[in-house]
Amino acid sequence: MSTTSIMKRRSFAGLLQNNTALGVMFMLPAGVFLLCFLTYPLGLGVWLGFTDTRIGRDGVFIGLENYRLLFDDSVFWLSVFNTILYTSVASVLKFGLGLWLALILNEKLPLKSFFRAIVLLPWVVPTVLSALAFWWIFDSQFSILSWSLIQLGLIDQPINFLGDSNNARASVIAANVWRGIPFVAISLLAGLQTISPSLQEAASLDGATSWQRFRYVTLPMLTPIIAVVMTFSVLFTFTDFQLIYVLTKGGPVNATHLMATLSFQRGIPGGQLGEGAAIAVAMIPFLLASILFSFFGLQRRKWQQGGSE
Amino acid sequence: MTINRRDLLAASAGLVAATGLSALGTRPAFAQAEPTYTPEAGASLRLLRWAPFVQGDEDAWLANTKKFTEATGVEVRVDKESWEDIRPKAAVAANVGSGPDMVLCWFDDAHQYPDKLVDLTELGNYLGGKYGGWYDGLKGYATRDDKFIAMPLAAIGNAICYRDSHMKAAGFSEFPKDTAGFLELCKALKAKGTPAGFPHGKAVGDGNNYAHWLLWSHGGMMVDESSKVVINSPETIAAINYAKALYETFIPGTESWLDINNNRAFLAGQVSLTANGVSLYYAAKKDPALAELTADLRTTNFPVGPVGKSVELCQTTSAIVFSHTKYPEAAKAYLKFMYEAEQMNAWIGGSSAYCCQALKAFASNPVWTADPLHAPYARASETLRPNGYAGPLGYASAGTMADYVLVDMFAAAVTGQMTPEEAAEQAEKRANRYYSV
Repeated sequence: MSTTSIMKRRSFAGLLQNNTALGVMFMLPAGVFLLCFLTYPLGLGVWLGFTDTRIGRDGVFIGLENYRLLFDDSVFWLSVFNTILYTSVASVLKFGLGLWLALILNEKLPLKSFFRAIVLLPWVVPTVLSALAFWWIFDSQFSILSWSLIQLGLIDQPINFLGDSNNARASVIAANVWRGIPFVAISLLAGLQTISPSLQEAASLDGATSWQRFRYVTLPMLTPIIAVVMTFSVLFTFTDFQLIYVLTKGGPVNATHLMATLSFQRGIPGGQLGEGAAIAVAMIPFLLASILFSFFGLQRRKWQQGGSE
Repeated sequence: MTINRRDLLAASAGLVAATGLSALGTRPAFAQAEPTYTPEAGASLRLLRWAPFVQGDEDAWLANTKKFTEATGVEVRVDKESWEDIRPKAAVAANVGSGPDMVLCWFDDAHQYPDKLVDLTELGNYLGGKYGGWYDGLKGYATRDDKFIAMPLAAIGNAICYRDSHMKAAGFSEFPKDTAGFLELCKALKAKGTPAGFPHGKAVGDGNNYAHWLLWSHGGMMVDESSKVVINSPETIAAINYAKALYETFIPGTESWLDINNNRAFLAGQVSLTANGVSLYYAAKKDPALAELTADLRTTNFPVGPVGKSVELCQTTSAIVFSHTKYPEAAKAYLKFMYEAEQMNAWIGGSSAYCCQALKAFASNPVWTADPLHAPYARASETLRPNGYAGPLGYASAGTMADYVLVDMFAAAVTGQMTPEEAAEQAEKRANRYYSV
């Protein structure tokens, strides 16, 4: 055996002994995976946003032209407004109702595991199916809600759920909240169960009311979970597509068009891939802002330790 | 089986003779020299088509395809996709240069990538000459600078469906022929508690059909011949005002209607008048519980507006052959075979009045007289106008329709969110985003 080959073997063995090199090697497959399936599509999307690519034709670089066009487009700004409204209202409702549900499920209830399983149902049902169910519930002629209220003599004619702009917005938000609550509730429930009962007991011995126990023990212990759960919830809501597409396709008169649905409408059926991509890219700053807010805002140590800052 | 041009010719000649073509009104005297297409050795083809709306359409298409395979030995694989997925898939196939050899596409798809398509002028002229000529509207979708970049296949008929007894109860013995009388009828229907309903929501098919009829029947148009956006015109304002008056007579909630809502409301007896493809009639006919409604159901064409003639949009479909195909001759032979009288008549018949012929000779297909309710659907190819009238077809016309510019214009005005003038102005701005680039 020549010295060089021994040297090679040694250096290879040495490489295996080296923690940094080993770490890089183990991370390589995951890195390649991320690069191929995450970075590349994202980068391509950003690039497409700077071109006038259409389906069936390669585009050329046109700089910020797409964004300039969107800037003057009232439908785009309406969709931005709708998306922010949809996300903020739905997220607040999901958080409030989800936390409430989690607190109830954390109490000693009969048939506790049964209820916990039931709560997950809306989350388990495929979105398109639940959207179709809501489509019937909100139908302008056959709505079960309208029918019941008419039978009760409370209204004379069916409620125009998806026809009136504000009704339509409220209806799609309601459907989204119904679908999103289980995720928030179950995740927060998991968080609640990690809080040691002894802390609660100690607080009660000190004479804390149940509100004080919630405010000064439960909530601070729960904030890290809340931060993560709400970040995810906001991201899901912000990028929602299926519910809107099944219920209204963005109507009436674009009152429920979200940035995601507008991006699709312009990009795929409309064939303007570049512009569709630009709309999708325009969502990124909002998403980044919400992530930064939850990580730097909600995860501050002091606030977790019950400080008022 | 080896491919033999003489076999193919003999077979088609035999079939033509057997069906008695002259009875169906073909005029061989005008026929151009018949082109012959000899499939390449070992050829096989892939066709991508929209999932059929009536089963008979698919059965007839596949049976014709099978006959072609038997006559020529060329295997043809027919793939189906939901109709809304055809546009992106065909575009990707054109862009990437692989995938299906042929597609049955929609509307102005062929104009999005004309340079990726096999020129079919010879075949188009031959078929047009042999079968009484192409309908102008359908031909417009398939030709560019007098060249056939696609083969017009069919228009999906659209007609007003109404309840005869409700119309009579409202005091009308005959369906009004003009827009003014139509408005009176809708008012009377509303007064009787049996209102009309047309979709103002994002209904790809029905919503666009209705909106384009409103606009065109009043003489408005999106762009002029030079692609200048002229939607903000007195004619458009008149159309919007008419739409507002009609909307007052509708059942509440039509601004949220998607494609299926009008069918549902009609079949449930909630509305007595709407517009739809012939599928509505078949849905009623199939359900024994709806026998009474079926007997009461009548169809008619959209009334004529101030413009003085019937004008409608209608969905249209054309066959395209990609230049990336390895077997262009086989593809042309296939199309020629499918368009010859025996096959075409079988297909139009099988589609049960859903698909309206692109070639005038097939207007005498027995399907149009088999049922009086089919008759209005036979006129689809004759009255249709290409999307983006009066401008050329292409990205701008397709983009404007896909963005629901016209549908939104009417919806914004009828719901009172904007005045007619504001709605027309906004439509002008939105259309300009596509046409000015």
